[in-house]
Amino acid sequence: MIPSSLINNKHLLWRAGFGAGINQLEGLKNINVKDLINDLFKEETFTEINYETPDPEIHDSMTAPSPAEKKKEMQKINREQNEELNLNFLDKMVNSKEQMREKMAFFWHGHFASRVQNPRFNRQILNVIRKNALGNFKDLLFEVSQAPAMLNFLNNQQNKKDHPNENFAREVMELFTMGRGNYTEKDIREGARAFTGWGYDKEGNFVERPKQHDEGTKTFLNKTGNFTGTDALNIILEQKATSKFITTKIYRFFVNENVDDKIVNVLSESFYQSNYDIKKLMKDIFSSSWFYDKKNIGNRIKSPIELMAGMMRTLPMNIQNPENLIVYQKLLGQTLLYPPNVAGWPNGKSWIDSSTLMLRLQIPQIWSGLRPLDYHPKEDDDVDMGLKKNPNNLAKSFKNPNITIDWARVEKIFNGKNIEDYLIQNSGSLDMDSVKNFSDRSVKMTIINLMSTPEYQLM
Amino acid sequence: MLIKRREFLKISSLATASLLMPNFLKAMTFEDSLEPNQKILVVLQFTGGNDGLNTIIPARNDIYFKERKNIAIKDSLPLNDETGINPALSYFKELHDNGELSILNNVGYPNPDKSHFRSMDIWHSASKSDEYLETGWLGRFLDEECYKCEHPTQALEVDDMLSLALKGENNKAFAFKDPKRLYQTSQEKYFKSLYDHHHDDETVSYLYQTLGSTINNAGYIFDKSKAKKTEHAYPNSQLGKDFKTVASLIKSDINTRVYYLSVGSFDTHVNQNERQQKLFGDINEAVKSFVTDMKNNGLFDDILLMTFSEFGRRVAENASNGTDHGTANQMFFISGGLKKKGLLNAHPDLTLLNEGDLLYSEDFRKVYATILKNWLKADSSKVLGWKNGVYDFI
Repeated sequence: MIPSSLINNKHLLWRAGFGAGINQLEGLKNINVKDLINDLFKEETFTEINYETPDPEIHDSMTAPSPAEKKKEMQKINREQNEELNLNFLDKMVNSKEQMREKMAFFWHGHFASRVQNPRFNRQILNVIRKNALGNFKDLLFEVSQAPAMLNFLNNQQNKKDHPNENFAREVMELFTMGRGNYTEKDIREGARAFTGWGYDKEGNFVERPKQHDEGTKTFLNKTGNFTGTDALNIILEQKATSKFITTKIYRFFVNENVDDKIVNVLSESFYQSNYDIKKLMKDIFSSSWFYDKKNIGNRIKSPIELMAGMMRTLPMNIQNPENLIVYQKLLGQTLLYPPNVAGWPNGKSWIDSSTLMLRLQIPQIWSGLRPLDYHPKEDDDVDMGLKKNPNNLAKSFKNPNITIDWARVEKIFNGKNIEDYLIQNSGSLDMDSVKNFSDRSVKMTIINLMSTPEYQLM
Repeated sequence: MLIKRREFLKISSLATASLLMPNFLKAMTFEDSLEPNQKILVVLQFTGGNDGLNTIIPARNDIYFKERKNIAIKDSLPLNDETGINPALSYFKELHDNGELSILNNVGYPNPDKSHFRSMDIWHSASKSDEYLETGWLGRFLDEECYKCEHPTQALEVDDMLSLALKGENNKAFAFKDPKRLYQTSQEKYFKSLYDHHHDDETVSYLYQTLGSTINNAGYIFDKSKAKKTEHAYPNSQLGKDFKTVASLIKSDINTRVYYLSVGSFDTHVNQNERQQKLFGDINEAVKSFVTDMKNNGLFDDILLMTFSEFGRRVAENASNGTDHGTANQMFFISGGLKKKGLLNAHPDLTLLNEGDLLYSEDFRKVYATILKNWLKADSSKVLGWKNGVYDFI
């Protein structure tokens, strides 16, 4: 029998973070779940995610390259900087002690999904999300809505008096706050008028451009006044629908895709009463007994990022070509900073088709150097702009992942343990005879083979 | 195996014994029931936003030459008095003259999005431009037409990754670059051994079903691809190889009705003509081999090859001898069984632009509806929710 404390602790670490780290495995079955929760929520000094690739040089007119060359250079630098942000975010998920912050940031990154090429904008919104991840939803909503990445992505730069662009107002209500069915098309039009003039300057600072703002009277969500963008967001936050929508989405992501209405109603009411205190909401969830019900354990398909970060937390590894990890993100369908659209990534079964499943099952072998990576990601024209000379170059250099795993350390930790109790959330369905037959009783092969099972795809 | 609901009911009374078999084996027992004269759709995606104006060229239009001083195509191959086709597409000109090509100009959708990804998303999912769907139009076709199918091989994509277009709610198509490699991976003894174990839990069993279906279908596809190795020569380009894979499967008795291929990148912001010519050259040769192969085997009347791109490009060239992202574009349809041939509608009006961009006149969802209804004989309104009629060219 696996001790229930081990099952519960593993469950908590997967949901409130990216799984147990190699350092946490030793005493995992003896820790009190309350202590573990306190640990997860412990905050350290906030550090921003950044990139080191220098910004493009400003050329004087004598040596200025042609527009085409300049564009190409810009594109290359943008790509490198965005890749750095991507990998540094992934690194936080793997190595930060503040697992809850990064997990929550990962959730908000999919919720407030934006997709722009400008690395400065990406850096800014990513850090806004990370900084406020466990703070107040009101602050988070305001800062995200005023982030140049979002204003750019949702065309609010073009939202001007007499020529309103409704994209921003629509998505703020549909996807970020209230959800469909809680507002009318007229509310979108009137809301868009309130947001006229919201934009950003050349340096990427939020600005309200008074000349572009429609100062007329608007009727928005049953209220009438000369509303500004700030008013509109405040009115949206007054709606209980907003609390319900966000709580439901959090429940689906952190607890179970099948929503328990009773529980969500209680959580959502309390979230509203707390004036949108995210930390309190998450503590309520993880401290409740229903969170540890059997039906909530091991029922979620890991997203590609969760799968990769989880493996990296268990297997201490040195990766010579970290860009490699972006290829896997592309192939598996989830590239940080590149959500498919403003609705973010779909979840659950949508991660799995025959190609992604086969690759998922092979990653442990590929990363251990037992087989090459035989797949090529599709090109991304928004990133490459058709400038990449040979689309296969990238994938070719990644056939050999150049990853070194510290197996000695891993073996020391797992020696004498039932490894499946630690790696698999729900091993009841697993054919351990097959795993053992193919593993020659070695710890290393047992781990690789366990990570190559369908059960390991679940958390 | 593609089994429509009514046919399933008909067959299932005879096949009660098979209900005791695992699902994937059950589906296999109907392998030979493919109806004769089944039509096949091949979709070729021009990834990156192909410049339609330099593809089908307004050869007598002053605005075109004025706006494109450096990149205008002057030696286009005439299709009629007004219009020519890019000389790198010489075989398309031949197809046109033979009545085996139709061209629909000005295809697009309202409120176009100029991001490659988003616009491609819209074309794949057949959504409105402010709507986000998690399924694709061909994936939903699978859902609609395929009752309890454990074989997603009715639709195949020649690629390492499956496109959104082929993902349904309950059925997802199958993607692979090389049938042999797919087969070798899937036949790994460890995965097979895991699969042989029995699984009950819902999500776990979904994963195991996908694994089992992959193992099983990889073998099925590999067998079929071996069965009819094509004798015909194909160019050595990637696209040539991909078309060769498709041809060998079409000639076998595999149940596949939709093949999905892509070629690119057409994102020609810089030195457009050089790149476009290279890509068109590859396409021209690959399509020529494919069509000839199909004709030699008497299959060309039952094949429809359709091309599309996520958007066209701006009318005016940019400062780098390239073009930037635009809107409406043409689609090609190649088949021995076209009902209307040649240019189906007028070339875009270059005097009527929206901030430098073409105005669309044909909605791509009407094209999809036409193909689903007239070619694949599917319920297009259920798949697309499209109610504004269909075209009569197929």
